[in-house]
Amino acid sequence: MAPELVACFFGMLIMVADPFVARERKGVMGRLGLAGALGALVAVEVMSRNPGAAMNGLLVVDAFSVFLHMIIYGAATLVILASYEYLERENLQQGEFYALVLFATCGMGIMASATELMTVFVGLEISSISSYILACYRRSALKSHESAMKYFLLGSFATAFFLYGVAMVYGATGSTSLLAIRAAAAHSDGNHVLLTLGFGMLFVGMAFKIATAPFQVWTPDVYEGAPTPVTALLASGPKAAAFAVLLRILFTAFGDASATWFLIIWTSAALTMVVGNFAALAQSNVKRMLAYSSIAHAGYLLVAVAAAGAAKEGPDAGIAAVLFYLLAYALMKLGAFTIVSHLGGRGEQRLAIEDYAGLSTRQPVTAACLALYLLSLLGLPLTAGFLGKVYIFRAALDARLIWLVVIMAVTTVVGAFYYLRVIWVMYFREAQQEWTPSPVAPGVAAVMFLTVVGILALFFFPGPLMTFAMQSAAALR
Amino acid sequence: MANGGYLLSVVTFLPLLGSLGLLALRGEDHVWLRRLALATAVANFVLSLLLLRGFETATPGYQLEELRPWIASPAINYHMGVDGLSLWLVILTTLLTPIAMLCSWESIRTRVKEFFLMLLVLETGMIGVFLALDLILFFVFWEVMLVPMYFLIGIWGHERRIYAAIKFVLYTMAGSVMMLVAILWLFGLSATRFPGGTFDLPTIQLLLQTGQLRLEHTTELLLFGAFFLAFAIKVPLFPLHTWLPDAHVEAPTAGSVILAGVLLKMGTYGLLRFCLPLFPAAAKQMAPWVAVLAIIGIVYGALVSMVQPDLKKLIAYSSVSHLGFVVLGIFSFHPIAIQGAIYQMLNHGISTGALFLIAGMLYDRRHTHLIKEFGGLSTPMPALSAFFLFVCLSSLGLPMLNGFVGEFLILLGTYQVHKLWATFAALGVILAAVYLLWAYQRVAFGEVTLEKNRALPDCSARERLILWPLCVLILWMGIGSSLFLSRTETASQQVIEQMKRPQTPQLANAEAATKDAVTNALTQSQQVPATPHRTGSK
Repeated sequence: MAPELVACFFGMLIMVADPFVARERKGVMGRLGLAGALGALVAVEVMSRNPGAAMNGLLVVDAFSVFLHMIIYGAATLVILASYEYLERENLQQGEFYALVLFATCGMGIMASATELMTVFVGLEISSISSYILACYRRSALKSHESAMKYFLLGSFATAFFLYGVAMVYGATGSTSLLAIRAAAAHSDGNHVLLTLGFGMLFVGMAFKIATAPFQVWTPDVYEGAPTPVTALLASGPKAAAFAVLLRILFTAFGDASATWFLIIWTSAALTMVVGNFAALAQSNVKRMLAYSSIAHAGYLLVAVAAAGAAKEGPDAGIAAVLFYLLAYALMKLGAFTIVSHLGGRGEQRLAIEDYAGLSTRQPVTAACLALYLLSLLGLPLTAGFLGKVYIFRAALDARLIWLVVIMAVTTVVGAFYYLRVIWVMYFREAQQEWTPSPVAPGVAAVMFLTVVGILALFFFPGPLMTFAMQSAAALR
Repeated sequence: MANGGYLLSVVTFLPLLGSLGLLALRGEDHVWLRRLALATAVANFVLSLLLLRGFETATPGYQLEELRPWIASPAINYHMGVDGLSLWLVILTTLLTPIAMLCSWESIRTRVKEFFLMLLVLETGMIGVFLALDLILFFVFWEVMLVPMYFLIGIWGHERRIYAAIKFVLYTMAGSVMMLVAILWLFGLSATRFPGGTFDLPTIQLLLQTGQLRLEHTTELLLFGAFFLAFAIKVPLFPLHTWLPDAHVEAPTAGSVILAGVLLKMGTYGLLRFCLPLFPAAAKQMAPWVAVLAIIGIVYGALVSMVQPDLKKLIAYSSVSHLGFVVLGIFSFHPIAIQGAIYQMLNHGISTGALFLIAGMLYDRRHTHLIKEFGGLSTPMPALSAFFLFVCLSSLGLPMLNGFVGEFLILLGTYQVHKLWATFAALGVILAAVYLLWAYQRVAFGEVTLEKNRALPDCSARERLILWPLCVLILWMGIGSSLFLSRTETASQQVIEQMKRPQTPQLANAEAATKDAVTNALTQSQQVPATPHRTGSK
């Protein structure tokens, strides 16, 4: 619980202090926000020392929740670091931004530790509502409004589905605690239909959040319209939290009934990979392309989930693969969106892939970092993305999911085309003369440095993290 | 067997160190950039010659091995080793890289730092591919090579360079991804016999050879197919060759030299190192089909070469033709043919590399590759024409030059096994003479056709510097081939040996005897990975 408390405390502190700080000195809020995020990270470490149930069994602190907290709060820190310059440039420097980010992160943390469906709902709502407001943060831009409306409407629908699913599961099993659901599901045969229906609704709610087909339609529009640092947060944090919830539901509550949900996950994974990768081919806007790539990566993660469900030796390997890939993916997307926010220019004018022409001559380090993120998303060796794909492939092959593996392999090669397109525009084209990118701000540089180090370190030294991931996977049962 | 010193790692990673040194220099300091890059490449070449010294000709198996644990779970080790197959290929790589640098000395003027950086990183990747003995390590080096080559073609290439670069990457990636799946599948299969599974090539080879690990027929066929696809795209084997003419024509000269000289050899190296020893039954079953494709490649490549108006495209298709010979030799499973195949790999690297160098020199003077833009060049440029003739003769397999030894051995070995294949392949020799000599005639013989060609300068000192070593090698490899062949003999015998599988009655004895051998050999030099292993059998 500690990280959530710290995050909320700092969020409220920022909200309270905001009216007292002069317009020009709003940067202080940013520092407060950063302090909050860092404090929360420290709190995660403290939390990991005291495992066990909390809040009367509503939350649990185990290796799994610590791993997810690490990803979520790390993402928040990097987002706050990256957004400072962006907000200055857009003249949107307000305390609310950082407070909302901290609140959203708190909600995600609750989702990750929850062992009881209503608590999941609470966390889901906290993080979603904060995200809706954050998506609309650029009040003067029409696109921002549009993305927020779409996100709010579709997100509310999805949350409603989730709540309905919770109600049905409660009706079928008499409890909303995940462990109790598992026990009840094992015993009863009578309320089978209600339970399956409830599970389906839960899945719909979560599938929306992780942006898998056929519930992924909101992603490109929302990612494109939201302010880019918010997109960075959306791409990493809520996805991780939603996957955490999905994993808990699938393996703690419905772990023994994997035959029921396996086909749904399998179909969703296959569809998502195909839709995400092929749609990205046609994009000329960087944010939309990265949004479709997020959809594709959700598909890869679902392959690992399906592998966990189908594996004879138990779901540990698959779940560990999901966790490793979530971390690697968060690093890649955070870095990529940070660079997009840096290069976007005032009012986010410069978002076409063509605008990146010749970047390698103007800002070679930035171009090299972006190239690394894209190659990591593609899955080239020497990057964390490659090892992540290796783990997923291995889990899927051990579970004999040959078709999914083939689809994943083919769609990975399709991905090569659009990732390499950005790289070729940066390196093979002459720099256009109309505008020059502004110099790299320290926050952006820090994010780039940390994410690049993370991606390379995960490739060369994955051992400790994978062991941790395996422990986390074991903790789910 | 375990830690044979650091020579292999040094030879592999010295170019990478050099490239880091390049980063420290300023981008405008072209003089020192070139010097540092060249110094690194030449130093690496000298070091690779030390490999020759440390190499024992008659010992089978890998030498100068380095085995260091890298990742514990899944167990991926840093395992490098050299044998007769990879020895000369590494030296070919370290020879061609400084030559490629020298040929771009004047012609690359923009973004010089990045250019030499890419060449050096590429060198590390290439040497790593030849020396890696761990499947994932091999795959890492294999894929890492894609990025520098993509940049080399895409930034410093000619008009359609972006198209050629992306085509190159997509084709190669398509094959490699399937190979990755096959590697992981093989890893999963190895877990039934080796606790925790292994990616170590010699271990898997031992498990397969002693019959401890048996692959079902369909499994073996699929695994062979995946590996074969990746390598066949690289070779390139007809009909997967369409990326090659584009990549070669659009690449800068250095890129073409490295691409033809080394990168294509990785495909044939992979066939010899992985496809044949690991999946012999599937290889034998698919051999007739592969041979048909190889023969089509030989004849088709030669015929298409004949009608090319562009010199570089002509040489590119001639590569398809020559490497068809190599694949034919490999899939005849005869030791002499395999010796010939290995030799022809080296020959092709040197001859075709030299041909591209000469094409590059012509481009430097006239900024065109079209044959009709030249004509009668032996009058203004006698030295260049002489070099050109010499290299053409080597490429078409004139006796006393290297090409003849390779082609003859391949034909000799193949004829013992399949007379029909060898007959068709021999046609390729005739056709090679046709297209090469005709091209040479149109370029060099006769009267000077265009007035502007009269004033072209002959070879400069730098150009002679890069062509002479190759020509000397061509002659040396033609006359004194035993020096080179002696070191590859054991390796080619070993490939045949590794293809053998035990018959079932010996299985029990083999299991008992080699189970200890396997565990002993590996616990000597690495800790056995302490991972939760799967004990379920297939």
